[in-house]
Amino acid sequence: MVDSKVVNKIGQPEQPDMSRRNLLKSVGLVGAAAVSAGTAGAVIAADSSNQQAATATSAAQSIPAREALEVLTAAEVETLEAICDCLIPSDANGPGAREARAVHYIDRSLASHNRADRQNYMIGLNAINEFALQTRRRAFHALNKDQQNSILRAVQENTLTGFMPSGAAFFNMVRNHTIDGTFCDPYYGGNRDFIGWDLLRYPGVRLGVTEADVAQGASLPPNHQSAYDHAAYLKSADYMGNDDHA
Amino acid sequence: MPKTLAKTDVVIIGLGAAGGVAVLPLTNAGLKVVGLEAGGWLSPRDFAPDELRNGVRSWPQSVPKAINEAPTVRATADVDAVQGGHPMMNAVGGTTMHYWAQSWRLSPWDFKVVSETQRRYGANRIPADSTVEDWPFGYEELEPYYDKVEYAIGVSGQAGNVQGRINNTGNIFEGARQREYPMRPLRSSPFTDLMGDAARKLDWNPFQGPAAITSELYDGRPPCQYHGFCNTGGCHVQAKSSTAFTSIPKAVATGNLDVVTYARVTNIVTDSEGKVTGVEYVRGNETFLQPASVVLLASYTYENSRLLLLSKSAAFPAGLANNSGQVGRHYLSHHQGAPVTALFDRDLHNWYGLPAQGVAVDEWADDNFDHSGLDFIGGANLWVHTDRKPMSAAKMPTFDLVNSWGSDWKAFVAKNADRTNSAYIQKTTLPYRDNYLDLDPLVKDPYGLPVTRITARYGDNEKRISVYVQDKMEQWYLEAGAIQILKSGPGNAMGASTHAYGGTRMGDNPETNVVNRWGFAHDVPNLGVLGASVMGTSGARNPTLTVQALAWRTAEYLASNWRTIVG
Repeated sequence: MVDSKVVNKIGQPEQPDMSRRNLLKSVGLVGAAAVSAGTAGAVIAADSSNQQAATATSAAQSIPAREALEVLTAAEVETLEAICDCLIPSDANGPGAREARAVHYIDRSLASHNRADRQNYMIGLNAINEFALQTRRRAFHALNKDQQNSILRAVQENTLTGFMPSGAAFFNMVRNHTIDGTFCDPYYGGNRDFIGWDLLRYPGVRLGVTEADVAQGASLPPNHQSAYDHAAYLKSADYMGNDDHA
Repeated sequence: MPKTLAKTDVVIIGLGAAGGVAVLPLTNAGLKVVGLEAGGWLSPRDFAPDELRNGVRSWPQSVPKAINEAPTVRATADVDAVQGGHPMMNAVGGTTMHYWAQSWRLSPWDFKVVSETQRRYGANRIPADSTVEDWPFGYEELEPYYDKVEYAIGVSGQAGNVQGRINNTGNIFEGARQREYPMRPLRSSPFTDLMGDAARKLDWNPFQGPAAITSELYDGRPPCQYHGFCNTGGCHVQAKSSTAFTSIPKAVATGNLDVVTYARVTNIVTDSEGKVTGVEYVRGNETFLQPASVVLLASYTYENSRLLLLSKSAAFPAGLANNSGQVGRHYLSHHQGAPVTALFDRDLHNWYGLPAQGVAVDEWADDNFDHSGLDFIGGANLWVHTDRKPMSAAKMPTFDLVNSWGSDWKAFVAKNADRTNSAYIQKTTLPYRDNYLDLDPLVKDPYGLPVTRITARYGDNEKRISVYVQDKMEQWYLEAGAIQILKSGPGNAMGASTHAYGGTRMGDNPETNVVNRWGFAHDVPNLGVLGASVMGTSGARNPTLTVQALAWRTAEYLASNWRTIVG
């Protein structure tokens, strides 16, 4: 099935150099009640323009590591960092969950959407650390990888006690959250420097995708953009003003 | 005491897929309509391409009414019901904001399951505990309304049967339609092409499914951009033909529709003669009475039964329109589980796209194949589609090839993230005697009103279809080059679903049905019900277009027979 002429026409990177005003104006039209075919073209153009800007400045604009201990304690974070490093380790396939700052994502999520899991983290991380101290006389994070992995296997297989509601459930929760923190939109505090998306060869969030883009598959260069690199999705009142008066 | 508002011609409870379509023929006919919606207005700016917010945190669904009033669920009456999530959302446009937008017509067979099964296979093939009936009319009766909705909101697709002329690039099994779709189908992709080719090698007829999504400029809306955040997300360019961007604005433009947002309806009011006179609703900390000549109940299946059961009066002591005890009966939720997942040895190029960009096979759906030697009736639509996101990709099954974590797992997902696919298989699902909706005796919402309780499980018929069509799906994937196959179990309890049917079934017999063939209550002449709650069979495909065609038909009937209905 051939693509529509509209998409083919506007999918061409013919007008990559849009001014900031035009970019805001064009993306702003997305939010208007009535849109036209031209709007979608502008969205694509804005997307590719953003993409170039982000690629050029991604290193310089790397987010500062201002990672407060929002919910978890320092001791809990030490244990959790070590667990994340076992689940998705840094290895020959590149950096892992620790480098992607999965722990920072989890800590922030425990203050909001995952608030109900806070107690389970407290109980579970303490149980793992206490087991390490009892059996190895060292904190969990101070053990070597083999020792850590063998304790985590015991948690996963439900052979350790002291978890809520069970070791296996705790393990699955932490695994899920570690994946979320490694592969989420970087806005949420994880997937730092797009470590997770690069690992999967995900080419990134785009507002429009042509047949030619899809044909490239994993060869499509990653654009390293968050959803919130797109002006249309920001809270910014300034942006809304542009929308209304464009 | 509620504040009494000025009387209107029609009050509609819910401006989603059903109510959001019905307002157009009503307001075009000059009737004054008040639309009460539990949610608010959303704009394309609300629909960021954000997998975590949409897919994990369920942002569009996480609004108070849906979340606080989720039904409780149990498989059978001898176990406790547990409250889960609610799959629908509250907003102007309702779930058409964030649905997949697959817009199928039912098969002609779905309207005549009982008589066609008896005719072809004899009297004893309908499961003994099923309460299924033929619809009060056939596909031909609904065809003009399917057509009206397809053109009014904008549906793309490839016709397979226009006035009897068969086109095998469309669905050769579909009922005859009067004309082509208003838009060509969504574009194909390397993956859908791969699967289409494989199906043809098996001598099946693959086709691109219909979608309420623009494939080209339509009615001032731009074409789909294929960016891939359709699933539980709204459209950033209004390519999805949600009622919020199609029929509702047009109805507002007539000057005859008054949209009231954040209105939580608590009661449908009845007079001593058994006619409805209006509805009561709460908005903020105020209570209102909206008098109306006609009430159209257009909330979701769970809320339709619930509000009727809650609206008790002297005329209706067991709940409104429930003098035969049929409200809540003939409930079913679509069997969409038991997927088949495949692993391929090459990238599938599925990082973008959408669930409605796919390819279907209908050879094993409905009564499209001979069931003489089989132990079930009906079948399934096989559907594979594009769309992949990084978090869900990383949670892919490992096919028992590696552990679920560590370096081996990391290498596995790095290699295979774009190499899996799960088929979406919707099956004929029947109503059963022991499956029903009622009010939960324990769980209440923040207003102190009991929530809906679902008591339902799948029958052997659904489980047998599952096993049979999983084999067909495996065959299809293997033909396309899959190297691993995973089949999930057939399930048991019918949980809360986006495809929930029944509770106010439509039929000519008032002893077994709540509404008549026009969608008005047998017991209450000026009360209409819109939504899949009136459907007695599920078919093997998404319900929304059928819901919308029925809603249009009921609305048009009301406008044409106003004096008779108002009395």
